[in-house]
Amino acid sequence: MDQFNLEIISPERSFLTKKDTDEVVIPGIEGYMGILKDHIPLISFLKPGIIDVKSKNENINFYVDDGIVEFKDNTLSILTSNIFDLRDVNKSKLDKIIKDTEEVLKKENIKDQERYILNQKIEVLNSIKFN
Amino acid sequence: MPSLDDLRKRITSVKSTQKITKAMKMVAAAKLRKAQENAEKGRPYSEKMNNIILNLSAGVSDPQSAPKLLVGTGKEDVHLCIVLTSDRGLCGGFNSNIIKKAKNYFEKIQKEGKSLKIITVGSKGYDQLKRQYGNSIIENISFKESKNINYFDAAKVGNLIIEKFQNEEFDFCTIFFNKFKNVISQIPQAQQIIPLENGNKEKDEKLDSSYEFEPDEDEILSNLLPKNISTQIFKAMLENSASEQGSRMTAMDNATRNAGDLVDKLTIQYNRSRQAAITKELIEIISGAESL
Repeated sequence: MDQFNLEIISPERSFLTKKDTDEVVIPGIEGYMGILKDHIPLISFLKPGIIDVKSKNENINFYVDDGIVEFKDNTLSILTSNIFDLRDVNKSKLDKIIKDTEEVLKKENIKDQERYILNQKIEVLNSIKFN
Repeated sequence: MPSLDDLRKRITSVKSTQKITKAMKMVAAAKLRKAQENAEKGRPYSEKMNNIILNLSAGVSDPQSAPKLLVGTGKEDVHLCIVLTSDRGLCGGFNSNIIKKAKNYFEKIQKEGKSLKIITVGSKGYDQLKRQYGNSIIENISFKESKNINYFDAAKVGNLIIEKFQNEEFDFCTIFFNKFKNVISQIPQAQQIIPLENGNKEKDEKLDSSYEFEPDEDEILSNLLPKNISTQIFKAMLENSASEQGSRMTAMDNATRNAGDLVDKLTIQYNRSRQAAITKELIEIISGAESL
């Protein structure tokens, strides 16, 4: 399979760079998208969800809160401020995030769009928990 | 003429000061390396963000419908200035350089008859500005508690700015910080973040490839711009912390050297007066013996 470059960058540091990715599935704001080599240039947003990075030897999954995606010249750049590897996450940490999110949801002055995003976040986190 | 005892005391005191400044220099050097690393690690994010925004804003054809964060409110009455300084002193001219730069700008604005609002980040800036510009300071933020600079702190400042912008409390926003060039020189900078300055517009015209946007361009831009504010502030904070440590290192190095010079001078003086005292005693003994 044809391979392309992937870089995940957080404000603090460069989180991951890979040169041999076959396919990346990202949680775009309007639904999950699979990115393959020679995709047309793209800019989009992420909603809370799971990034699935597929390469020859391994599959890595990351959870992201939000982010910006750019695909150009066979390089996929993901800018995100909140990301973690699903392999090094435990249940108590997830529970804490879910609880915090539910707290925010209880506030009255949130917009519908934010409410949708937050609900999405809880849903995704719960699904991680039960896997 | 100080007595021998006084001189000895002074020498010991200068020596212990020297020890402290030397230790501070070492600590600053260690912290500088870390801060520099952090600043370098943080660079790709802000660069990428900038690139995407440049690409997007090049595509904005109608300035009327463009987000206000990009093109401004159309007025230029109220200027908001964010002054980033350190929380601790003993770092040479670090804070005063930023303040000087900021004050120049404040004067210019006030001369033009526009109103001024200031947010200080870091307690040293607040201390130096509150006397002259106390009425203009609307907020004083300090991150003394957080050990390392993190993005969430920057986002807090960013959200505050955006909230104020949406309440139409200001039209222009400029941040003041020290850009880290190298250990010896840090350059105070003023960077306008609202409306966004894109100086190198010619360069990105050829970059303007046909992107696919999801959702549409305007929505992406209006979502991205607030994030960019936080990113710019985060970048400024990183640069600032590297500069602070660099500046402290140089200042402490100078202090150590000065203390060394002072110790040398005092030691010479001490030896001279000791010699003088001995000579005096000898003369007394000899003249005593002669008179017998």
